[in-house]
Amino acid sequence: MSDQNNIRSKLTLASATLLQLGSISAVDAADNGWDISTAVLLYQENDGRVSAIEPVISGKKELKNGDRISLKAVFDSLTGATPTGATATSAVQTFTNPSGKKSFTTEAGETPLDSTFLDTRVALSGSWETPVIDDYSRVILGGNVSKEFDYASLGVSASFLRDYNSRNTTLSASIGLNSDTISPSGGVPTPFANMRIANSGTNRDGADDSKTITDLMLGVTQVINRRTLMQFNLGLSETSGYMNDPYKIISLVDSTSGLPITPTDSNDLPYLYESRPDSRSRQVFYWKTVYHLTEDVINVSYRYHTDDWGIDSHTVDFHYRYELGDGSYLQPHLRYYTQAAADFFTSSLVDGQPLPEFASSDYRLGEFVTQTIGLKYAMPTGENSEFSVRAELISQVQSDVGTPIGDQLNNELTPDLDSYIIQLGYNFRF
Amino acid sequence: MRITSILGLLLILSACTTVQPWEKDLLAKPSMSLVPSEVDNALDEHIYFSKEASLGGQGVGGGGCGCN
Repeated sequence: MSDQNNIRSKLTLASATLLQLGSISAVDAADNGWDISTAVLLYQENDGRVSAIEPVISGKKELKNGDRISLKAVFDSLTGATPTGATATSAVQTFTNPSGKKSFTTEAGETPLDSTFLDTRVALSGSWETPVIDDYSRVILGGNVSKEFDYASLGVSASFLRDYNSRNTTLSASIGLNSDTISPSGGVPTPFANMRIANSGTNRDGADDSKTITDLMLGVTQVINRRTLMQFNLGLSETSGYMNDPYKIISLVDSTSGLPITPTDSNDLPYLYESRPDSRSRQVFYWKTVYHLTEDVINVSYRYHTDDWGIDSHTVDFHYRYELGDGSYLQPHLRYYTQAAADFFTSSLVDGQPLPEFASSDYRLGEFVTQTIGLKYAMPTGENSEFSVRAELISQVQSDVGTPIGDQLNNELTPDLDSYIIQLGYNFRF
Repeated sequence: MRITSILGLLLILSACTTVQPWEKDLLAKPSMSLVPSEVDNALDEHIYFSKEASLGGQGVGGGGCGCN
């Protein structure tokens, strides 16, 4: 009898929890303790660029009334150097740091990097899931807040999910609202204004600016058969407000030599602050399939992203969980990402030509391919605990956009980026 | 394009078999979750969000960042 009850209980749990968004598993839900996940991520880019340490702790708990709550805290500590957007030239270049009080130089042939890059971020998030209407519907309410020295973000979200077809189909509708405020070091740069030499004024419009993001998403999760689960999501996102990177500049070059010009005002530097549109509409289609082989599991997804900035991208992600037989597993990971450049992406602006409406030389808005290869190993350390380690190599290869002029032919305008991550994780229940 | 996609989706869904609760042993395994490790997933999403110009697809919200 107890066996029957046990099986019935497991089956009920299995069917009730199978189609939840996220990774709450039937096994996890059988206990009312906290399921805690902890991890420390180390991230390092080549050529002395950004390095980061990122500890995370998250917890999930099912309450006695069937509600579920989750909480997460992430800390980011970043140091290193990040590209300013200016191009490498065959001469030494002088820049002013964001505060406008100090200058720094970049050697000939080197990509200009702002080495004062330093940031710490704290992000907290939580969600509460509760049944509504009947046993087949539920609502998930979420909130998140994050703070950096120059950036603050506040967001809320709500999702409605309903099961159909003997809980083999789940339809979901979600909305998310985010309000972000940026307070750049030195103030908000005037778009297309010149960077000034240190201590000669900074061409700033104010102390801070803001943007709002509205996300809508419709989703279907479908049990295809006993071994296959499939998910389709369609997302729409509208962002309005300040979307410039206040620390990014664009080289203003001579139309013949390709070298930065000598501005008329001796306090100006030949670098202009970038200017992006103040609105962005995005559409995303996302498909994922999880397939159970004899023991192993394949988890594969594809995402198509398009927006009115001209950034079309395709992402394919593949995980293969290879069971080692004693609860431990190896999990290779492959990811391929390809992106078209934003319409207003340019490596430099040419002196004497009319300024475009918008321009940015932020390499992240360029055309490139990112390839990731990784491996994770996880092993149980007790009945309800698991240790894991993973390592990934990320390689970003930029394409040249536009036609190089003069000196630009001798320098790398769009340097590639290699980075790696190492992550240690420990999950347990209490 | 969109009509073709929707028709394709309906075709896939119509090919589904109804899996009964007692047949969901494999589907109920943690490894069969859509997102088996939320921590790994969130960290990855954050990295790619800060290095690429696309985001989203798996859910809404998630928190802003000065990194992009």
